[in-house]
Amino acid sequence: MDAFWIILTGSLVALNGALLGSFLLLRRMSLVGDAISHAVLPGIVVAYLFTASLTSPFLLVGAALTGLATTWIIETLNQKARLQHDAAIGLTFTLLFAIGVILVATFAGQIDLDMDCVLYGEIAYVPLDTITLASGLDMGPKQVWTLGSVFVGLIILLVTGYRGLSLTTFDAGYAAALGFNTSFWHYALMGAVSLSTVAAFESVGAILVVAFLVGPAATAFLLTRSLKWMLLIASAVGIASAISGYYLALWLDGSISGAMALMTGVIFAVAFVWQMVAKRQ
Amino acid sequence: MNSLSQFLSLSDANVRYVVIGCVLLGISSGLMGVYTLLRKRALIGDAIAHAVLPGICIAFMLSGVRNTWVLFAGAVVTGSLAVYLVDLITSRSRLKPDAATALVLSVFFGAGILLLTIIQSSGNAAQSGLDKFLFGKAAAMLPEDLWLFGVVLCLVVTVLLSGYKEFKLLAFDKGYAQSQGIPVKALEMVLSTLTVLTVATGIQAVGVVLMSSLLIAPAAASRYWTHRLSGMLVLSAIMATLGAYIGAFISYTKPGMPTGPWIVVVLSCITLASMLLAPNQGVLARYLQRRKHRNKILQENILKAFFHLGEKKNNQALAFEMEVLRQQRDMPVARLKSGLRQLVRHGSLLDTNEGYQLTRSGLEAATRVVRLHRLWELYLSRHLNIAPDHVHEDAEGIEHLITPELERELELLLDSPGIDPHDSQIPYTQKDRNR
Repeated sequence: MDAFWIILTGSLVALNGALLGSFLLLRRMSLVGDAISHAVLPGIVVAYLFTASLTSPFLLVGAALTGLATTWIIETLNQKARLQHDAAIGLTFTLLFAIGVILVATFAGQIDLDMDCVLYGEIAYVPLDTITLASGLDMGPKQVWTLGSVFVGLIILLVTGYRGLSLTTFDAGYAAALGFNTSFWHYALMGAVSLSTVAAFESVGAILVVAFLVGPAATAFLLTRSLKWMLLIASAVGIASAISGYYLALWLDGSISGAMALMTGVIFAVAFVWQMVAKRQ
Repeated sequence: MNSLSQFLSLSDANVRYVVIGCVLLGISSGLMGVYTLLRKRALIGDAIAHAVLPGICIAFMLSGVRNTWVLFAGAVVTGSLAVYLVDLITSRSRLKPDAATALVLSVFFGAGILLLTIIQSSGNAAQSGLDKFLFGKAAAMLPEDLWLFGVVLCLVVTVLLSGYKEFKLLAFDKGYAQSQGIPVKALEMVLSTLTVLTVATGIQAVGVVLMSSLLIAPAAASRYWTHRLSGMLVLSAIMATLGAYIGAFISYTKPGMPTGPWIVVVLSCITLASMLLAPNQGVLARYLQRRKHRNKILQENILKAFFHLGEKKNNQALAFEMEVLRQQRDMPVARLKSGLRQLVRHGSLLDTNEGYQLTRSGLEAATRVVRLHRLWELYLSRHLNIAPDHVHEDAEGIEHLITPELERELELLLDSPGIDPHDSQIPYTQKDRNR
């Protein structure tokens, strides 16, 4: 049963990452996703100081707001201060992460936040933290419920906003001419990225979030030129990485998150070699 | 103050190691950061920093000892591999560099975490401290670490100095460098290798996540102060030294405070301050420049309104109320008030009981703007064959920009004309005629 819950958790993170990551990749914002996943740390710490719980909805909201602030700071540095884009990303997320680490050190007595856990999580503990109803019915791990609700929210966003999201991604000027609010969709996407990052961070850590945001989407990008297919292939690749990663970790007796991240790379490598061979023929 | 003097004198051996180590690392990354920034690859440092972890783990697994030099060698191997893979993926597929960087970064780091946990579960006694690479271990620097940092810094400085001209061309204009027969590929590899060496040492002080700040912050800050490569290199190294020194001091005064994050915070503050305050390039300087220009246009437009009113009445010595001016040229009252105040302060207008009146210097300035406007209209219609009813808008803009030299050119070209395309006099004051 534990294996099922762990793979389900991993797959949910993978699905969230694959869907959002596809849009990030097409918008050339993959590294912004990386930045957000690190920069939410101070938001998590501050929200944790107020709520004293790692699963409180306030924590999600606080961290999601930090994520939005991160993208806003990056854009401001880039446009108002004319700092080149990659440098703006690097400057912003390192500063916010450093502030987060300092906050953890300052409130070390009041905070039970394992810094290693933030970076590479501990997915193996997911099945231990379950929700039990008053009637004594075991509802399964808390993390699965959190990630599951984020996934449902994401699907609703995609179904209702598919046209807005895809148009503003491919041709912002055209979308604006049709009356779509480009900055609304930009921040909607960034908010979703922040939210799913925070929802995932406790179980799998920032690094697996980044791996799932980039790996499956990049693999799908090599294999198709249609957005719908890209979303489907990326989701499949994400789930395949989660499953194969789990058994790799079991076999090697190592970190499950690390193995899942490695597997996204392995699958990408196969697709990469395949497209190189296909091009040559 | 006691702690400050103790810190400054570096009498405590522990403090000495931390400060010297951080400063050595800071200078190396400050120098290399300038090149990665200029080559628009600022985040390659992030990829290298993450990719170093599996190399360290493999080196440890193979050798079984926690020796600085052995682990360093492993770090350099996988770090270089990461740079190579980012280049390969970018050149051989449709993926953009940013996606390739993020991909390599996360996959290598995942592999590193996997290896790290395998080492930990195998229960090797010497493993302790290996995971300190994640967040840096500035407080635990050893003399042998300092030697390594020193060697890397010497190498960076020597190589950068010996190929200064070639690297400069490469950083600013790769295509031109190639056309000049400079071995671009080889030089890029040298720069990448130096960056890998720097990052592999740097993460020992600030850790994986914060390493990119050491590369980016000082270089980005220096870019606001100068456009010269030599100036950037010197400034970047100085700022990195300052950041490392102050950061180490803060963490020294407060026990339990991590050194690396404080260095990053100090460096980022230096960068943000440069961004705001640097002359010419800074946000504040550019804002003041823009405001000055806006005010100049406002003043000249008001002066023009005075001239036109006086021209109608055939008397430039008349005084006008604000309302009359607004009828001549519509603008927000607040703007007009502020412009009038500026003109009075500069001595171009007199604030009399009947209203505002042009002074002699004010009349000269007003005449000049109207003259430039009409000269330009004439030039457009006579030499560019633009219809007279289409030239006004263009002249409204250019009249604020024409220099005295350009004005003389126009007069010569138009052969000192008297009348513009709308049959208005092109005005000159007595002073202009004497010239």
